Amino acid sequence: MSIAWYLAVSAIIFAIGAGGVLVKRNPLVILLCLELMLNAANLALIAFNRMHAEADVHGKVPHDGQVFALIVMVVAACEVTVGLGIIVAMYRRRLPVDVDELRELHG
Amino acid sequence: MAEVLFFIVASGAIGGAYGVIKDWNPFYNVLALVVHLLSLAALFLLLRAEFLAAAQVVVYAGAVMVLYVFVVAYVGGAEPLRRPFAPGLRGLSALFAAAILAELWVALLGTGLKAVDGQGSPYNPDYGTPAGLGEALLTKFLLPFELASLLLLVAAVGAVVLARRRRGMGIEDDDVARVSVIEALRPEGTGTMREGVSGIPDVTGTPAGSHPKGTVRPEVAAGVGEGRRHGEGDEWEGGW
Repeated sequence: MSIAWYLAVSAIIFAIGAGGVLVKRNPLVILLCLELMLNAANLALIAFNRMHAEADVHGKVPHDGQVFALIVMVVAACEVTVGLGIIVAMYRRRLPVDVDELRELHG
Repeated sequence: MAEVLFFIVASGAIGGAYGVIKDWNPFYNVLALVVHLLSLAALFLLLRAEFLAAAQVVVYAGAVMVLYVFVVAYVGGAEPLRRPFAPGLRGLSALFAAAILAELWVALLGTGLKAVDGQGSPYNPDYGTPAGLGEALLTKFLLPFELASLLLLVAAVGAVVLARRRRGMGIEDDDVARVSVIEALRPEGTGTMREGVSGIPDVTGTPAGSHPKGTVRPEVAAGVGEGRRHGEGDEWEGGW
């Protein structure tokens, strides 16, 4: 398969995630759509890394794109943790779990 | 063979992504994301990124999704929306997403890179293995690696602080046992007034007198309590 197919799939997934973030109102589902966009970026990174998987003069294979994807996964895990903590705090305070209702940032 | 597998897995990934934004119970949205992540791991495998595929399954589908399922079960998903959508806003959002897709396709596929149309580099057995990735992480990318660990620590502490109980059912200050230094250092049986009231255990280990608060019935203190409990015709004394 040519790399372009993977990039096309990645673009479709990213667009679905972006549309979900715009449309949905439940913050849980918005977090899920953020995951979709991050995963689309990961797929593109790994596909581009596959393009350059030739050993250099020292005999080492470059893994830069895969390391980038791994760090993106770590950042996504952190974002999920903090986001779910905020949602649980919202629920505990009896606030509506709806991003259109939450217009104020103070307490 | 790889082409057939690619189309199966890619349709699974796109279908899972569509299931995430479908209007139904958030629990099903999470399950659709699990399907999407597993398909994406298979795509990674097709791209020869074995370690990342394994990490995707273990970390995402294993750990992060469990967190999501717990929070969905806690918050409880589908509540009726209090306010309806503004008219035309959803159509506008879908149009915007389609614009992003067209732009990405133009940018990715209309690029002049010749390698985009190729199969990628010839396969190297060192590519995508944990050894190669780990060496890259610990030599060239040591600083991002350490920063990622710091970020994970900060996120864990932040989540605990965010989700802790703020009022009610917490440990109040009065509930914390206070131990005074004098009581901790003083040997037993030095004849304080509290010991005189409560009774000091004697050599055989049986309490010499009454309960520390003085609430024990006399027959229990005299050692007949056990026999009385097994006696016939006694009513059970409640109060549990």
